Amino acid sequence: MYSFFSFKHSHPHHYSPALFLYSSWWGGVQMGPPDPILGVTEAFKRDTNPKKMNLGVGAYRDDQGKPFVLSCVRKAEALIAAKQLDKEYLPIGGLGEFTKACAQLALGADNEVLKSGRSITVQTISGTGSLRIGANFLSRFHGGPRDVYLPKPSWGNHTPIFRDAGMQLKAYRYYDPSTCGFDFKGALDDISKIPEQSVILLHACAHNPTGVDPKPEQWKEIADLVKKRNLLVFFDMAYQGFASGDIDRDAWSVRYFIEQGHNIVLSQSFAKNMGLYGERVGGFTVVCNDADEAKRVESQLKILIRPIYSNPPMNGARIATTILNTPDLRSLWLEEVHGMANRIIKMREQLVAGLKKEGSTHNWQHVIDQIGMFCFTGLKPEQVERLTKEFSVYMTKDGRISMAGVSSGNVGYLAHGIHAVTK
Amino acid sequence: MSVFCEVPQAAPVAVFKLTQDFNNDPFLKKVNLGVGAYRTDEGQPWVLPVVKKVEKIIVHDDRLNHEYLPILGLPEFRSAASKIALGDDSPAILENRVGAVQCLGGTGALKMGAEFLRRFYNGNNNTKTPVYVSAPTWENHNAVFANAGFEDVRPYKYWDAEKRGLDLAGFLGDLESCPEHSIFVLHACAHNPTGTDPTQEQWELIAEVMMRRKLFVFFDSAYQGFASGSLEKDAWAVRYFVSMGFEMFCAQSFSKNFGLYNERVGNLTVVARDADNLKRVLSQMEKIVRTTWSNPPAQGARIVATTLNSPELFIEWKDNVKTMADRVLLMREQLKAKLQALGTPGTWDHITEQIGMFSFTGLNPKQVEYMVKEKHIYLMASGRINMCGLTTKNIDYVAESIHEAVTTVQ
Repeated sequence: MYSFFSFKHSHPHHYSPALFLYSSWWGGVQMGPPDPILGVTEAFKRDTNPKKMNLGVGAYRDDQGKPFVLSCVRKAEALIAAKQLDKEYLPIGGLGEFTKACAQLALGADNEVLKSGRSITVQTISGTGSLRIGANFLSRFHGGPRDVYLPKPSWGNHTPIFRDAGMQLKAYRYYDPSTCGFDFKGALDDISKIPEQSVILLHACAHNPTGVDPKPEQWKEIADLVKKRNLLVFFDMAYQGFASGDIDRDAWSVRYFIEQGHNIVLSQSFAKNMGLYGERVGGFTVVCNDADEAKRVESQLKILIRPIYSNPPMNGARIATTILNTPDLRSLWLEEVHGMANRIIKMREQLVAGLKKEGSTHNWQHVIDQIGMFCFTGLKPEQVERLTKEFSVYMTKDGRISMAGVSSGNVGYLAHGIHAVTK
Repeated sequence: MSVFCEVPQAAPVAVFKLTQDFNNDPFLKKVNLGVGAYRTDEGQPWVLPVVKKVEKIIVHDDRLNHEYLPILGLPEFRSAASKIALGDDSPAILENRVGAVQCLGGTGALKMGAEFLRRFYNGNNNTKTPVYVSAPTWENHNAVFANAGFEDVRPYKYWDAEKRGLDLAGFLGDLESCPEHSIFVLHACAHNPTGTDPTQEQWELIAEVMMRRKLFVFFDSAYQGFASGSLEKDAWAVRYFVSMGFEMFCAQSFSKNFGLYNERVGNLTVVARDADNLKRVLSQMEKIVRTTWSNPPAQGARIVATTLNSPELFIEWKDNVKTMADRVLLMREQLKAKLQALGTPGTWDHITEQIGMFSFTGLNPKQVEYMVKEKHIYLMASGRINMCGLTTKNIDYVAESIHEAVTTVQ
């Protein structure tokens, strides 16, 4: 393969003739497949239709369709700037004040686990980083089967994360397309057959992509069954506060499982609930038998983290900590998170009302019953394609829409489009 | 019965344990010559004035938000960072065959490069390709490549302890005898931990062998600007290799030269044969990033991009960098002068011949132990000291202590 560039003849050396005939190291590298979700945004950007809607990627938008920087975040940033802090490396496990506040947020400040010191929380690169560290940790130290059971469906990135860490993926039934709801019987049936000591991944709240969460009574049965099967529970909590608007309510499943004696591992993200997406703020927690075990686990987590990125970024963790630990900022945050969740809930209601108004005879109750940022509309791929082509409404092929992309200004248009492709 | 009851306690990372021990030491005259972070003459961390300025600009810019960056990072950061390494007028850049991945610090950049190579280099998924790291090298190099799946991480001869300099013959010998296609991790400048860099003529010899034997060039550039005070001088080796036509990786860190340690600002610069190869490489890098951290942190990259892309701020930054480099050079001169004045046995020229943050003093483990335990001067067991830990106020104490260690401890 030829290369026609010229060399700087600034020094008297001959160049190997082989240079010009030298093919690339990367000739055999295939083009990677485009990311399905980002691909949606790319296509959206190219569309010139003024009524276009981007219901693809899961980032919150306000009612004007704009990114929303929380006031509590801006206030925290001002406080931090005034402190004139240095930029010294954080410890490998992250900012101590952050990991403490992060664990308290998830488990509740007076949780026995925290009081006894039998858990360890490390700061991670948001939810993805947390899942990856968790997966690596399990891969290295979990003596049970290599299988991680994901709900069907799950967040698209779960599979490659666990796979790259050396785990294998299996699934348990979760979403029932006939009801657009939870396949409780199917889930219990599948879970009852999972080999002991396997890892089961549960979405703590606001299941991604379906928005379908078990009810408390159902969680109780699942917790029971999981205990009977002696499974290792991996909770993914990316939407605490963002789902119902109430941080304690959204963490209920996690706290219940711990109460019932499960030593869980937990991934947390502050991308959505604090709007800190690009600052990459997250935590990974391992609940252990005792403080000694927690110390040993912590030492191994550091060994895993060091060769990936050495230590985590400060900025976002500092902001999150300031918010969580400053009383009036914390109150403001709770209000704002409540506000975001409420806007989503309102859009769900307005969408259903809009569909009824359009004359749709389908049952759209699931749009209201589902919770969190995403809604599994139940649209089939062909319908999604029409919605995109004819109405410039962009979403993923599985029929998932990000409710955050819906506003009072465009919910009517969306209802119109969905009705048009489903009537 | 816990699933984790068998998890053994891991040994702490040495350099951080050292700082921990230092912090816990009540001795008033204690000195920390361990971890590699710049200190002022008052022994304090230094947030670069230009960084403070830019942070103010960022925090007051209402147009900015905290949305996700693209998977490969902030575009204006990536291109500016690659230009810093390769030079604005780099033919490779003009030929559109240079790309980059914003990563979490230099470590993250090495990690991304390693993961890519393990999947796609030398016959796809070839974990048996030897990865050569210098003897000695930054202790995390081994772990980065081993954890990426490489089964064979080996040392190449580098430091000649007897003559306290580069073992060029040994280095070239390893280059000649290693398996073809081996991967070599090269320190672009200010070798960590020895502070000993090849000369330009020596780099030319190294490059010739690497080209002839089809070895993969993976530069680790953590100290550009910080070593000599000149960005161009510190990038000479990287640019030379590019001009020789290598396809290569260069892991860049902005931790030291921007003082942005905890914001994790790094860049993996990829130089490919042509734009098409580059495109495919970057598309695969995206997949690796996606399962590791999804997308990189915004703050640090914004600070660097804003600085590098503004003519005035860029000049101010270079000035800040020179301030740091000059203080290190001054400490080197003074330490050598004081040891010579004390009549400390041995030659101490290496103190000023070595470059960058670190110096391989030549102290043996027993002497190091003496320094730590008896004198409360904290340095690595290898004898490596961080010159930044020296100040005009503690340099006499350190020089005298070295003198004692060398004369009383064998």
